Amino acid sequence: MVERDLVQKSRVVASCISAIEPTCRELLDDVKSCGFDEDDVFGIHLALEEAFVNAVKHGNKADKHKSVSVEYVITPAKVDISISDEGAGFTPEDVPDPRSEENLYKSGGRGLLLMRAHMDVVEHNDKGNRVHMIKYRANAEFDEVKE
Amino acid sequence: MDQIRPKIEVEYVQHAAIATLTDEKILDESDIRGLDESIMPLLETSPSVNLVLDFSNVKFLSSAVLGLLIRISRKIYESQGQFKLCGINPKIQEIFRITRLDRVFDIHEDRYDAVQSLD
Repeated sequence: MVERDLVQKSRVVASCISAIEPTCRELLDDVKSCGFDEDDVFGIHLALEEAFVNAVKHGNKADKHKSVSVEYVITPAKVDISISDEGAGFTPEDVPDPRSEENLYKSGGRGLLLMRAHMDVVEHNDKGNRVHMIKYRANAEFDEVKE
Repeated sequence: MDQIRPKIEVEYVQHAAIATLTDEKILDESDIRGLDESIMPLLETSPSVNLVLDFSNVKFLSSAVLGLLIRISRKIYESQGQFKLCGINPKIQEIFRITRLDRVFDIHEDRYDAVQSLD
């Protein structure tokens, strides 16, 4: 497969999981076409699913009349994704650490934790209704040596 | 073997029900609901249920599944039963490690080990 140098797209989709799935699939196909390996794709997929669910469920409160915006730029070196919802936003610092003893059996916070664990950058805007994530390609250095 | 489509296959060995997840990906609300509706009736079959959940077929899951596993484990422990997980691939094992749920759940290499570990 010929690797692509740059993919840049934006999509606005209805705020429901079934509507978001094709965008998720398209983005992951683009990630693969830019040469990212299986481990990177797994991590990006996980972060993407969690971010989408957060936008639909917590951001837009499952209101199908609202939408979710996705913008992404993929180069052979990194994947840069922004996902926005139409909700009131949240303060990431207020989300309890799901790893602490008192929260281990509670729901909530694990999606954000997994996003942070699998992406190199996870940051929110001031309002808290837009998440920006970056994943640097694990095998990028190796490819440069090859060339 | 009972077949509950499309989420789990159930087999009974010794004093345990072994439920094998049949989907490769478990992601959204409908997946979780389907799994919930398949597994919860197993917990009603006797006062104290031993359940082994086999993840051998699962290649991808989201954090929503973890919430379901916690609900299942609570229900089983409340009735003095035992709950074991097995067949979890390394990438998914990492999800359990990151969330520290590897300390909460009793995780085994395969179903044989899981059944052997039952008291």
